[in-house]
Amino acid sequence: MCTTCGCSNMEGVIITDPASGAMRILTKAERDHMHAEGHPGHPHAHTAIYAPAHTHPHTHEAVVEAIPAALHGTTIALEQEILSKNRRIAERNRGWLSSRGVLALNLVSSPGSGKTSLLERTLRDLRGRVTMSVIEGDQETMNDAERIRATGCKAIQINTGKGCHLEAEIVGEALAALDAPADSVVMIENVGNLVCPALFDLGERAKIVILSVTEGDDKPLKYPHMFHASELMLINKMDLLPYVDFDVERCIANARQVNPNIQALRVSATTGAGMEDWYHWLQDLLHSSQMGRLVHSAV
Amino acid sequence: MHELSITRNVVAIVSEHAQQRKVLRVTLEVGELSAIMPEAIRFCFDICTQGTPLEGARLDIMQTPGSATCRDCGAEFALHDILARCVCGGTHLVRRGGDELNIKEMEVA
Repeated sequence: MCTTCGCSNMEGVIITDPASGAMRILTKAERDHMHAEGHPGHPHAHTAIYAPAHTHPHTHEAVVEAIPAALHGTTIALEQEILSKNRRIAERNRGWLSSRGVLALNLVSSPGSGKTSLLERTLRDLRGRVTMSVIEGDQETMNDAERIRATGCKAIQINTGKGCHLEAEIVGEALAALDAPADSVVMIENVGNLVCPALFDLGERAKIVILSVTEGDDKPLKYPHMFHASELMLINKMDLLPYVDFDVERCIANARQVNPNIQALRVSATTGAGMEDWYHWLQDLLHSSQMGRLVHSAV
Repeated sequence: MHELSITRNVVAIVSEHAQQRKVLRVTLEVGELSAIMPEAIRFCFDICTQGTPLEGARLDIMQTPGSATCRDCGAEFALHDILARCVCGGTHLVRRGGDELNIKEMEVA
């Protein structure tokens, strides 16, 4: 365990490439070491409680960041941001993605909003226009990665076990396994949960919240953090609107009460209605990120 | 239950700083607009600290208030609820604070 990143204990996470069947089960000790590449040189003052004693060699090159702690007798002033580890690793992911010109989007929603169906349709409709690959996050099963693979798209499955959200560290591992080509899009389908994923930056360009009309137009008020954190709301299952008590305008107004800048699009992954608007949004963002990379590399 | 992974981070960071000494007290700063329930942190803290230098430590949680500036009328005011509006009715608010999630200090034996 290390102060720089404050490893959390997420042992038992499984990363699987369904194409090859290659599977990696992260043990606690492995989790404690995954970060080493991000900040070589930290002193490895691990205690036996958090990690097995190390006997293997490490390369320690960089100077460790100063620990922001000042001793005052027995009181230690820390001022340490609890999520700083995740943020730092997310920034590393972001840098890695932008250096390759890869646009990563974090899709968040409650279970059953139709995220995977929306992704399947998107992948099929944009085949030949946009290169995409997918990181699937679920507590259990390979079901979604298999559905994505059936579209002909590369997918990596993360099974979080008990975890209710994806974190930057594990997504970094999945990105390495995915090896997305330059100028492509990586869709990260987060664990179905409208609360916890709002807090964790994965290094994505934007969070996209998917809300289906069967869930109720008050969801943005009930789960405000998620709508506050998202740039775009896709209102899915619009084909079911005649059968449910859901006011689309009220839903959008509720979302804008939480996040005045949130954009909203009405779609149906089943019928395809409105999907072109979503594809335009996606392609505009992809072009602007590619332009950004070209400008950056020209400077 | 993101509070569980957050509490694990707290235990990990504090244990590192404790350098084998017993931890008597930990003070956290949690913004009232953050999506963190102090009670859930307390619940997880008892479980996550078992067998660590933090076992039995007192947990103090300071809740820091949020504030906002209204883009419509320019008013600055305390924001206690993520869904609150400005008195002018404006909802276009720029948040100033309330999202904090920090370990302020710790006390070791």
